[in-house]
Amino acid sequence: MRRFGAGFELAGPVVLVVLVALFGATVSSSTQTYVITALVNVVIVVALYIFIGNSGVVSFGHVSFVAVGAWTAGILSMPAGEKPAIMPSLAGFLRDTTVGNVPSLALAAAVGCVYALIVGLPLMRLSGLAAGIATFGVLEITHNVLRYWERIGPGLNTFSAVPETTGLLQACVGALVAIAVAFLYQWSRYGRMLRATREDAAAARAVGVSVYVQRLVAFTVSGAVAGLAGGLYVHLLPANAESFYLDLTFITLAMLVIGGVTSLWGAVVGAVAVSAVDSFLAEAENGVNVLGRTLDLPSGTRIVVVGALMALVLILRPSGLTGGRELPVPRALMRSVLTKFSA
Amino acid sequence: MIATFLGADWQTLADAFGLGGIYALMAVGIGLVFGVLRLVNFAYGQLVMAGAYALAFAYERGWPVWIGILLCFAVVVVLSVAMDWLVFRPLRTQTPAVMLVATFAVAFLLQSIALLWFGSLGKIAASLSALNQPWTVGGVDVRKISLVATGVAAGCLVALVLLLGRTNVGLHMRAAALDFRTARLLGVRAHRVIGSAVLISGLLAATVAVLMTVQTPLVTPDFALRDTILVLAGVVLGGMNRLVSATLGGFAIGFASGFLGGALPTDQSQYLPSFLFAAVILVLLIRPAGLFARRGAQAVERV
Repeated sequence: MRRFGAGFELAGPVVLVVLVALFGATVSSSTQTYVITALVNVVIVVALYIFIGNSGVVSFGHVSFVAVGAWTAGILSMPAGEKPAIMPSLAGFLRDTTVGNVPSLALAAAVGCVYALIVGLPLMRLSGLAAGIATFGVLEITHNVLRYWERIGPGLNTFSAVPETTGLLQACVGALVAIAVAFLYQWSRYGRMLRATREDAAAARAVGVSVYVQRLVAFTVSGAVAGLAGGLYVHLLPANAESFYLDLTFITLAMLVIGGVTSLWGAVVGAVAVSAVDSFLAEAENGVNVLGRTLDLPSGTRIVVVGALMALVLILRPSGLTGGRELPVPRALMRSVLTKFSA
Repeated sequence: MIATFLGADWQTLADAFGLGGIYALMAVGIGLVFGVLRLVNFAYGQLVMAGAYALAFAYERGWPVWIGILLCFAVVVVLSVAMDWLVFRPLRTQTPAVMLVATFAVAFLLQSIALLWFGSLGKIAASLSALNQPWTVGGVDVRKISLVATGVAAGCLVALVLLLGRTNVGLHMRAAALDFRTARLLGVRAHRVIGSAVLISGLLAATVAVLMTVQTPLVTPDFALRDTILVLAGVVLGGMNRLVSATLGGFAIGFASGFLGGALPTDQSQYLPSFLFAAVILVLLIRPAGLFARRGAQAVERV
């Protein structure tokens, strides 16, 4: 019976992502970019959820793992001939190595994972406000270094000429991989132990759970998923250091909070819902036809609406749209399964 | 002597003191609200931004300086109280982490409202630019604003110490900061205490806005955003649980940022944020309760 519930828990987010991707296949190519971006956002928000949702510790630093993932995939998959123009002072090893699409994504995830492990080793001793500020520090340092250190990347330049391989299929597969990782993690004993520390750190310690080790495991896993997201991102849009800074941190945290921090379903719903609102408003900032009337919003409306939504959700419904719960099995379905099992 | 030792001039040192003073005021504004509400206000910088826009508004219309400053104080205080009513009050029962995320959202909201309203190009608030002229003190040229900022910060801090130490409402605020529930049981009025903390922190934000526009007359939607991030780091660095240590932390990070920024050559000072935040992380790891916290103070609150 529990297994059935578990299957449902996985099926909800998977079906939602597949539906979004199928919707993306039917629309025009300009709208399709929004759908692909939404799917990449799902990957980032799921990465945030793996750590924040299960541990209850806020991290403002995950976008830095997205950034190093993007740097890795972007540098390694850019054609060798294009590199000197954009990155004139790149280190020799990075200049001479060029890999394909899939290896670049795997390496992005690996680098994100290792970076999160290195950062997490000292940082996971902190909790509450100190953890919030320290992870913010990680974001600042990563942004600052990537922006100015031209040996390891384009510095202030933009990643142009990276093959644009993140289409609908790749984004959808990426989102499904992220969901699968998050699901496996939260059903493993590590995920359970970490959630125990979230509910009551003292009690979890008393039964032999190390808060530090469990947080570190989740941080590392979520770093890998965030790195993958960075790889997907750089193969989708021309990115630079400013793409992975406060704005992305804010919008992805807003997605997680609006959806519901403590469930995978909440993370995916939040990412899809906020992406939908955000892309609609982005279109509206350029003028869009709604029910026969032209809607033309001034630029900047997007963040006002998303910020207001986030504040409203936090005030009126602090556990998010989904209440922070996984997708419940509908009663009728549950009853029919129960009768089948008892028969 | 310190300045010659480090190879910097007096101007750099005076600037560092001025910036340290401004950051100390912001640290007090954040620390006061944290004391009574246990809430870290990420949106504090946006109060300063609103004040700076008020000054720019007055300057554009050619109004006298004092009207501009009055308008700045009015706008900031109203916004500060409104923030308390609309956001802090409904969130009072949430965990500190949730409240931090909420004020993060409010910060972005206010910033993008400013973007919508005033555009991204920025406005000029230069009514006090006369303060950028140098002043000769003991044979050394120092810009007036550095001394004025240091002086105003010191004055505000002394006034605040007197307010907290010598008045009834100050006593109530200190009691509430120590233990809110017990203070309420002993007859401290919660709303009045919170209201006065929010009010004072608003007044400090307005003061900071006036001082900051002298040095940075161009007011953009992300005005004071970077400073708030640094001050927050400084406040945690010093120790959030006591106002004195929070203030010292704010001053320390402002002084370090101003001094190193002025003394280092550009190719090194571009990495300054990295070094500052690395230092903050290091301090958090070694002394999680803060650099200036009392010995034996508990970092982890036990029920």
